[in-house]
Amino acid sequence: MTGRTHPLLGAWAALVYLFLYLPIVVLIVFSFNDSRFGATWAGFTTRWYAVLFARADVREALTHTLNVAVVSTLISTVLGTLVGLGLWRYTIHLRAALTGLLVLPIVIPDVVMGVSLLMFYAFVRAGLERAGWTFDNGFWTVLLAHVTFQISYVALTVRSRLAGYGPELEEAARDLGASGWQSFSKVILPLAMPGVLAGALLAFTLSLDDFVVTYFTSGSGFRTLPVLIYTNVKRGVTPDINALSALLVLVTVVAVIAANALLRPRRAP
Amino acid sequence: MLTVRRFFATLGPGVLWLTAFLVLPAAVMLTYSVLTRTDLAQVGAPWTLESWQRVFGYDALFQEWTGDNLRVLWRSVWVAALTSGLCALLGYPLAFFIARQDERRRNLLLLLLIIPFWTNFLIRVYAWILILRPFDLVPSLSATMLGMVYAFVPFFVLPAYASVEKIDWRLHEAAQDLGAPPARAFLSAVFPQTLPGLVAGVLLTFIPALGTFVVSDLLGGARAALVGNLIQNQFGQAGDWPYGSALSFLLMGVVLLGLWAYARAAGHKGLEELG
Repeated sequence: MTGRTHPLLGAWAALVYLFLYLPIVVLIVFSFNDSRFGATWAGFTTRWYAVLFARADVREALTHTLNVAVVSTLISTVLGTLVGLGLWRYTIHLRAALTGLLVLPIVIPDVVMGVSLLMFYAFVRAGLERAGWTFDNGFWTVLLAHVTFQISYVALTVRSRLAGYGPELEEAARDLGASGWQSFSKVILPLAMPGVLAGALLAFTLSLDDFVVTYFTSGSGFRTLPVLIYTNVKRGVTPDINALSALLVLVTVVAVIAANALLRPRRAP
Repeated sequence: MLTVRRFFATLGPGVLWLTAFLVLPAAVMLTYSVLTRTDLAQVGAPWTLESWQRVFGYDALFQEWTGDNLRVLWRSVWVAALTSGLCALLGYPLAFFIARQDERRRNLLLLLLIIPFWTNFLIRVYAWILILRPFDLVPSLSATMLGMVYAFVPFFVLPAYASVEKIDWRLHEAAQDLGAPPARAFLSAVFPQTLPGLVAGVLLTFIPALGTFVVSDLLGGARAALVGNLIQNQFGQAGDWPYGSALSFLLMGVVLLGLWAYARAAGHKGLEELG
């Protein structure tokens, strides 16, 4: 319902938005601050961006981040879509247990998931070493970890997209002569598609953003952007990290606005 | 037969994956928690409950009770509770404000809420270092609290808004027509309708706030350490995997117990809506 609100409510809302945007604005402003120690304003400069673009480790971390995000999104979208379809269609009596399994990666704290995978990889490595095999934590260990938390989000998004449809949909397709594969590819998958795309977008963003699970599963030689930011911040604030953060905020703003524009016309089917 | 085949074709790969990379790691973690630390980040025989005793405050080495870990656990719980309380205080009125705007402004306000929500968590926490450092507030427990509320407030507002948006305002009008004063009309006709969103918002802020180590790590320092930092430390400097495993299990147990209680209260639907 729309209507007039109490002026105090409006003032409260303005304060909360100010609170939400103050750090983001400060970050962007400081990325143009011509001072090495950032606390006071020493004039406008873009040199931190130049410093940032010259850093090989930043470029490498960006490549790592995108590689993991793209590959993990592809894998988790396929697996998650299948799980979402299966949950929707075939398993009434298993549904509670499966939903529990799917909700687990979403609800358990990241740090728990991170350290359990760290130990699991160490355990597997110890076993493989006896067989003469070995591996280092890096791209593959991070990739497997990301897919693990992404599957749930994709599956639940796909299932909620299909929630309104019943099994009669498929039966109708079969009655009209469609094979099992045809009814899946021509009827059910197109209906699920917006959910699949939304799930993939979510999975991609989660992968780009993840710090905690990556931190524990990446080993020392493989850094993604969030891990790089963390290690730099721990060492002490440097202005080029402000520039990197400001750029990532910009990317987020563009992505959110684009996603909003893409999804809006479909909102009312 | 067809359904069995389809079951394996659809759910099979995902379930197999989650078993391999979620259930098995949890089993490894549980096993490590009852083994002994043999060297830095190494575990082995004998089997022991020492790590679990330490989690609950008993130090087997010195054979005495120490309050240190219990203090960290207790601090984690009240910091998380205070975080969700403050998020609710900030976010609940905001949800009403947004819900009562016309559609264009409502969409804009929601968009403005989603942008910080989608902005990298680490960056948002890091930005507070820039702001608070000139005031000599980093590291401190108050900086941690501020960072926590900042990081998690969108987690509260979005579910709260979803339930405020669905309010049937006719009940409110009816209450007023029947002579209820504004506060009474709100409390008996509006507030109960927002309760599911309120509870979901509190859970969605409490759970990550209980588990996080990033905020307290960057803004809090040693005196504001939370259970997340304690766990991180066991897998970093301390290199004590059995103890870290036991702590992780405890943290996971508390979270799952809380969710189970919520699911019991709200029915199965509630748990599914959280996901």
